[in-house]
Amino acid sequence: MENKKIKREGAVIFSEYKRGDSINKLKEISRDDVLFELKESGLKGRGGAGFPTSTKWMLTAAAKSDKKYIICNADEGEPGTFKDRVLLTDYPELVFDGMVVGGFTIGAKEGIVYLRGEYEYMLADLELYLNNMRKDNLLGNNIAGIDGFNFDIRIQLGSGAYVCGEETALIESLEGHRGEARNRPPFPVNTGFMGHPTSVNNVETLSAVTHIVLKGGSWFRQYGTNKSTGSKLFSVSGDCEKPGVYELPWGTTISELLEKVEAKDTKAVQVGGASGICLNKEQFSRTLGYEDIATGGSIIVFNKDRDMIHVLKNFMEFFVEESCGQCTPCRIGNTKLLEGVEMIEKGEFTFRYINELKELGKTMQVASKCGLGQSSPNSFISILNNFSEEIFNQGNGGTNGK
Amino acid sequence: MENKDTSRAPVSQKSHVVEKPEHPEYIGGSISVEINEKKVSVPLGTTILEACRENKIHIPTLCHHDDLCVSGVCRICLVEVEGMRTLQASCAFPITAPIKIKTTTQAVRKARRHIIDLMLSEHCGECYACVRNNNCELQSLAKEYGVDSFTFGHISEPRYEIDNSSFSIIRNSDKCILCKRCVRTCIDLQEVGVLESVNRGDKTMISTFMDKPLSDVICINCGQCINRCPTGALQANDPSDQIWRDIEDPAKHVVIQTAPSPRAAIGEEFGLPAGHSMTKELNTALKRIGFDGVFDTNTTADLTIFEEGTELILRLYKALVEKDESVALPQFTSCSPGWVKYLEHFYPEYTDNLSTAKSPQQMFGALFKTFYADKIGVDPKDIVSVAVMPCSAKKFECNRPEMDDSGWKDVDYGLTTREMAKMIKEAGIHLPEMPPSNFDSPFGEASGAGLIFGATGGVMEAAIRSVVEFVTGNKIEDIFEKANVIPVRGFEGIKYAELPLGDVVGPVPGILQKLVPNWDWLKGATLKVAVVHGTANAKKVMDDIKAGGKFSQCHFIEFMACPGGCIGGGGQPIPTNEEIRMKRVEAIYAEDESLEMRKAHDNPNVVRLYEEFLTDGPCGHLSHKLLHTEYTKRGKYIA
Repeated sequence: MENKKIKREGAVIFSEYKRGDSINKLKEISRDDVLFELKESGLKGRGGAGFPTSTKWMLTAAAKSDKKYIICNADEGEPGTFKDRVLLTDYPELVFDGMVVGGFTIGAKEGIVYLRGEYEYMLADLELYLNNMRKDNLLGNNIAGIDGFNFDIRIQLGSGAYVCGEETALIESLEGHRGEARNRPPFPVNTGFMGHPTSVNNVETLSAVTHIVLKGGSWFRQYGTNKSTGSKLFSVSGDCEKPGVYELPWGTTISELLEKVEAKDTKAVQVGGASGICLNKEQFSRTLGYEDIATGGSIIVFNKDRDMIHVLKNFMEFFVEESCGQCTPCRIGNTKLLEGVEMIEKGEFTFRYINELKELGKTMQVASKCGLGQSSPNSFISILNNFSEEIFNQGNGGTNGK
Repeated sequence: MENKDTSRAPVSQKSHVVEKPEHPEYIGGSISVEINEKKVSVPLGTTILEACRENKIHIPTLCHHDDLCVSGVCRICLVEVEGMRTLQASCAFPITAPIKIKTTTQAVRKARRHIIDLMLSEHCGECYACVRNNNCELQSLAKEYGVDSFTFGHISEPRYEIDNSSFSIIRNSDKCILCKRCVRTCIDLQEVGVLESVNRGDKTMISTFMDKPLSDVICINCGQCINRCPTGALQANDPSDQIWRDIEDPAKHVVIQTAPSPRAAIGEEFGLPAGHSMTKELNTALKRIGFDGVFDTNTTADLTIFEEGTELILRLYKALVEKDESVALPQFTSCSPGWVKYLEHFYPEYTDNLSTAKSPQQMFGALFKTFYADKIGVDPKDIVSVAVMPCSAKKFECNRPEMDDSGWKDVDYGLTTREMAKMIKEAGIHLPEMPPSNFDSPFGEASGAGLIFGATGGVMEAAIRSVVEFVTGNKIEDIFEKANVIPVRGFEGIKYAELPLGDVVGPVPGILQKLVPNWDWLKGATLKVAVVHGTANAKKVMDDIKAGGKFSQCHFIEFMACPGGCIGGGGQPIPTNEEIRMKRVEAIYAEDESLEMRKAHDNPNVVRLYEEFLTDGPCGHLSHKLLHTEYTKRGKYIA
């Protein structure tokens, strides 16, 4: 695996790192030091929700239980996201060292990687990598010679359900149940895997932690903006010359990003995957970051040749299929939104009904049980609002909008 | 119910238990919240729903059920919590901080209305063509929220096939709103696990293992899912059309037996509050409908005590005196057909422990087509025997192929309380207005012992009243005040009691003299008994027996499949919750206490039956032929 590695540029995640360095650093520092540096860094969860990592770990560390778990969420399922795949195949040292640091900090003896079913092809390599870590005392008992620090990692495969990227559905799946989100509260930091305090962190978050422990929170902070510290990996795909994974500081604008990936005649940019929002040209000056557009890093570029209603239909079909089906707003709501898209496609709709569907979308955003249903109407609302000219005034036979 | 904390239920389905603090006034014991700008104090951990109910604020619910653990999937109970981006499901939100709640804001009302509209868009079926018309939670919600049109359309063509393979339960997935109450009932409350959601997204549905028909899975027919279904997606298999036909047929002699639990609950179907026994009014109504004979199942409940009690004595005698190690002990009761099927599926190696005595329903059926037919001079082929039961499993029981010892089908139709009420209404009768009348001869009135079969612990209490008097020669009233055997009463999921028989024994009553020479072998013995209701509790006890624990040392255990016993059966009026079940039980115990005759062995009709018909006594040859049965080791894997 090592020799296949492509050299990528980046100030934080892709900066220099040697396997085991941050684990060895644990010999010198306490769990409080780790938590302090994390708080200093301002690191927020990189899966998309943006929950402060220091808070999550502090809560898990403070929870009382004989067993605790750290789970690496490698169920990278958001359409257009592939940064975790790169990290796992080319930079496993960042991910696994981050998990070890996490185990040390929250007091877990076991780490579990919930690996996306489609990533099964990596399993053998990753297992081999973990074995080597064990041989080198970076996993197992008294890790790195730290007395009493016992921690190991196992990998469990998912089965291809998008919802299992939601942390509580992921835990349900790990326990052998249907992948369905739980009620929160209680939160996993108190009642997680098998009822024990659990921290679920994204692959990229753990990779960032690995650097922060070694290089310090203030080092991390110097990148990005005030509220969005550090840098972010972006998975860029679609109509551009140079698709791929980019590490960019938070605060980058859409235009800057488009320039970097050499996109031409861009009409629309979908930020955050199917569950994200779709921007039109006028909005390309907006910035990527928690101040403006928070995202897990999926960027899909559409040029002038793309039909936006078709784009939207594709997203909605995805949600109709991938809703776990337990809560009403998400299960039936997405079906209704898709039906609405099909009506527009055929030119058989009323604006009154489409507006009702937008209102339904807003209800879904606040009424669904988990993040899936809360974010699935985003593309419906943003595409219909940002591309209304194209969708309602041309190309649909002129019979629409009765 | 205490059986919420079960091993098979997923963690997410487990309820959070709010322990009411002993002194809520202490710091941390209670918490101050604002509901609609009114300050109230609630125990820490109370859900928003409970807090609102406590303060007389109505929050609509669908997936929530008092008997079941939290689910939070229908989202109809959403409320606004200040500072939170999304609305919160009040049923699933434990209050642990001084939050501000708003229950009727524009956002809340809009969301609820949207959710109802979405449910209605996929709910196939018309209200007036539905068994739950006027008793449907979805219908009520639509009314509450003033739904006068289908905003998001309304499905008109059914998408699913109706599953009416089961003798007991019919599933119509087109009416299902996926609240998963049935799933939680089946997995959590009953620990059976026949129903679960399958597929994903818009293909999600409730189904059985490999989508097999209900008749081909390990369903125990308890019908608890029916009682908790908010719509008409689940209903019992209703035979009333055939019964009407038979009543009209002059060649048929249609008899009906009524069990005590339907009598204690049927008033609810006529708008009365729970806890009104309508035994004698029901007699009149049934006669007016046209039944040719109306009888009390308690008669054969009393008979069951003779048969099952004698069987227990014989088992104990064989084990203790003859040292026969093959005797299966503890003896389990067999009158709950849901429990019987549960055991056959889940613990088939223990079917020998089941009393071979048939249930009261089936005993009566066998008597109708033999003793009774003879008595009134009607050809048994022309007798139609109907049983009003609180139970959906009784429908399966009467269709068991082995239940034909009279040469005919012992019981032709099992009718639930709900179906009985429907027939009465159809006949133009308002039950509460009926004048009282008595049961018909030749069986007449029965004892309070048979009556209390309806409540959990009732069979045990009835057995104790008789066995103790038989063995010690003392009056039960000398041991338990007013003959109320309190240790086996109550809603605790598993009850255990020890009953020392004392050193003095009485003479063996005549009816048993052929079977045991004397009671000396029971001198100083202590009868160990247990009472279990709900199959989730049965699982705990059976696992304990398997492991050789405390319950394996019992002599006699009463098991009832349904929570609360028969009064909580799957054929009883909807809705159900612990309070309602408690009221029904109180009605039954009150009726028992009001009776002169409260012990099975005091029932002169039963005694006469042994003198005239079952002349070789309890567990004798004819009894064995007519009143006892055998069981099937079904196991969990059905070909």
